[in-house]
Amino acid sequence: MICREVQELIHGYVDGELDLVRNLEMERHLRECAECAGVAERLRALRSGLSGSLPYFHPPAGLEGRIRAGLRAGDRPAARAPYFGTRRHWIAIAAALLLAVGGVLEVAYLNQRRGAEILAQEALASHVRSLMASHLTDVPSSDRHTVKPWFNGKLDFSPAVNDFADRGFPLAGGRLDYLDNRPVAALVYQRQKHVINLFVWPAPGESDSGVQRSSQQGYNLLHWTQGHMVYWAVSDLNAAELGTFAALVRGAP
Amino acid sequence: MQDCRSHVKVNQSQVPDQPDVARFEQAVLPHLTAAYNLARWLTGNDHDAEDVVQESYLRALKFFSGFRGGSSRPWLLTIVRNTCYTWMRRNRMEEPGVELDEEIYVDSNSPSPEAILLAAARSDLVRRAIEELPAEFREIVILREMEGLSYKEIAEVTAVPVGTVMSRLARARARLQKLLANPNEARA
Repeated sequence: MICREVQELIHGYVDGELDLVRNLEMERHLRECAECAGVAERLRALRSGLSGSLPYFHPPAGLEGRIRAGLRAGDRPAARAPYFGTRRHWIAIAAALLLAVGGVLEVAYLNQRRGAEILAQEALASHVRSLMASHLTDVPSSDRHTVKPWFNGKLDFSPAVNDFADRGFPLAGGRLDYLDNRPVAALVYQRQKHVINLFVWPAPGESDSGVQRSSQQGYNLLHWTQGHMVYWAVSDLNAAELGTFAALVRGAP
Repeated sequence: MQDCRSHVKVNQSQVPDQPDVARFEQAVLPHLTAAYNLARWLTGNDHDAEDVVQESYLRALKFFSGFRGGSSRPWLLTIVRNTCYTWMRRNRMEEPGVELDEEIYVDSNSPSPEAILLAAARSDLVRRAIEELPAEFREIVILREMEGLSYKEIAEVTAVPVGTVMSRLARARARLQKLLANPNEARA
């Protein structure tokens, strides 16, 4: 081994992460090379110094109790407010202004808008989270006959699952997610390098609607209601292609 | 407003069964200290750390049915870490993505092991040095030196390859050595 190789592996060595053969080679080199041995010694000194003096933060008394209570309530009281807090705040101000100035818009309409905006935020947050947490799919499969049954028993409804590979939108899998205070189906599709999350859940009593578009933070969001189900499609894909995707979903049997 | 609230309440009963919650608590609550420590180091303050940990536990419960055994600590820490970054982004806190341009090879005029050991024993210096690391280096130091996770576990938690874990650890340690050797340069 030469010094450069040794110094590349030296962290693995002091952390006990090397395989046996490499470990023996390192030991041999360090016995013969004072410079590399010095590097190893400094690293060990740093590690043992840190281990004694790194401040470990302990949770405040009462946090465990609050977590237990939250888990049993199944609610998200502390978390939800700050999570979407600022935007809600502005939406509330905007709503108040609209009411004051116009005075003609119906409250019901406002509620619907406000609900839709919050949902858009939630859907977007779920989409982004799904890309970050390496939790894109719970059931990675392009076979709709695998994905659809997987949801059985996990949801109180059965989402329509279709593969649009022949149209350039292959099904990549499915995932359980949580939106609008309920578990929902998240179907994951791909368009080249882009990921599309299609969230589906039932909306009993709601009539069919056209596709509503919005965009936030560089993502495009489409949503519509069809056959008493709510659909949200979220992606960084451009609006035109996401529109094509929505048309495919809407036209599927 | 009224309509909206009652609408939220209608669907509130989507909670896992109580036995599931009990099983979850038994498996995951023992790691509360590790979860809090990581959240506290990443967010930098008690208040956000507490909120992030509560949010993380609720999300962890949601995904618990998808947890396929193994060690629940790295699994929980993955959720805590991701919740932290989502939180920080929403609240316009620190942006991840800063690179350390540290040379990973230690030069010959670096301080002696004894000097490093002495400096590293000063917890005020260590704390400041770690707080000044960019988040993706800080998290790796915390997971390695405080939680004792393996490179492979760290790679899973932080969603980067093992090689990246090792090179980030090397850069973070080089930076720490430099800061500890010369604390006055810390903010340079």
